[in-house]
This record gives sequence, C-alpha cells and structure tokens, in this order.
Amino acid sequence: MDRTPYGFLLVAAGGFLGAVARHAVDAGVAGVLTAASSGDRLIALGGVPPGAGTLVANVVGSFALGLLLTRASSDRVRLLVGTGALSSFTTYSTFVADAVALGTTAGAGYVAGSYAAGFAAAALGLAVGRRRR
Amino acid sequence: MSVSPLLATALVGVGGALGAAGRHAVGLRIEGRRSVLLVNTLGSLALGAVSAAPIGSAATLLFGVGFCGAFTTFSSFAVGAVRTASETGVRAAATLAASNLAAALAAFVLGSSLAVAVAG
Repeated sequence: MDRTPYGFLLVAAGGFLGAVARHAVDAGVAGVLTAASSGDRLIALGGVPPGAGTLVANVVGSFALGLLLTRASSDRVRLLVGTGALSSFTTYSTFVADAVALGTTAGAGYVAGSYAAGFAAAALGLAVGRRRR
Repeated sequence: MSVSPLLATALVGVGGALGAAGRHAVGLRIEGRRSVLLVNTLGSLALGAVSAAPIGSAATLLFGVGFCGAFTTFSSFAVGAVRTASETGVRAAATLAASNLAAALAAFVLGSSLAVAVAG
C-alpha cells in the first residue's frame, strides 16, 4: 500500500488538506489575537508575533498524530490522515523560520515552548489512544 | 501583487500535496526518525532560500507555505521523540530533539544566505 500510486495519492490528498488547514489556522489565530487585544498591545509587539498560528497547529497536530498512530484502523487511514494530513498540518521549516524571525531571546523561548507543548501533546495523544482502544 | 483567497488556498494545497508526497518518498527509503531529520533539514534549507528570494507572494504560498511547510513535519518529529524517550531513554530523545533543531536552523540560515548571494 505505502509504495503504490494509490498510497502516494492518499498522502498527497491528505497533504493538500493539511497544508490548507494550517494556512487557515495561521490566519484564524492572527485574527483572534487582533480581535482580543485592544490593538495598542499588538502595535507595541510590532503586529501579530511570528509563529503564533504555527505553534497552535504543531501542538494540536502532535496530539492528533499520537492518537491516530495508536488507533489507526487501516493503512489507508494512516496514509491519508497521518502521513498526509496531520504531518502536513504541522511544520518544522516554518517553525524554524519563525524562531529566527523572533530573534535570539524570544526565539529561544518559542523553541522551548513549542518543544515542551508539542512533546506533551504527542505523549498525551499516545496515552489516550492506548487507553481507549 | 495580491493573491485572491481562493488562489491562495489552491497554491498552498497543491504545494502541500507535493510536499507530503515528497516526504513520503523519502520515508519509504530511509528509516523513520532519520527520514524526519532529513526532510526537516532539507525543507528548512529550501524555506530559507524561498523566504530570502524575491519571488513574490504567489510563489511563496506555493513553495514556502505549501511545499516546504508540508515536506517538513513537527508532529512526526514530536511523536518520534516521545517514542524514543520511552524506548531508548530521555538522553537519546534529547539528542534527537537537539539535532533536528541544530540541523534545521543551520540549513535555514544557509538557505537564506545562498538566496541572498544568488539574488544579489
């Protein structure tokens, strides 16, 4: 299944959905931050901080992938939802780009926070998936 | 040039589909955690170049947000690190986490410098 054209098609279809969803989350988080702040605070920050949407996508996606991998019922679901959608919903390259854009101090905090929250979310997803089988 | 929301979605989606398929192709040839390290490093190199090159917003959505974003993955990395911690130990997981970061950061900076050098 993994090596067949059908397997690649499933991964690509999931990748389409995952990337589009990540892009939507990015815009949504920026919108929420803008609406929640008076505006002045965001201006003081120089706008919506880089990485806010990516952080949300990475943490949510890590939890969901942990859950999926312990419960995936078939190769088809694993390829479409896991390798395709969830792996594309989360991103490492944009995470690194955001860390660089934030500068040394804020960037280090962003990396530490993303790692801590992402690992905790993945561990939680794996634990929940194993328990409720 | 601004990109309409529908076109932006299409560009990000197509880039994402190609990025995911490319990551899958690497994953079929190389063992799990090493393949994640490889795609994260290569994708960060490419994103460094894409973000420093003067290519316009449509190309950035296709190659940067779509392709590089989906070719690299945080969730597979996080699940891999958690599994390494429970199977091999916390030290091995910390090494994995640090090596992904160091390699991807260095690759991103290298990609930006290369794009700046080429674009002049």
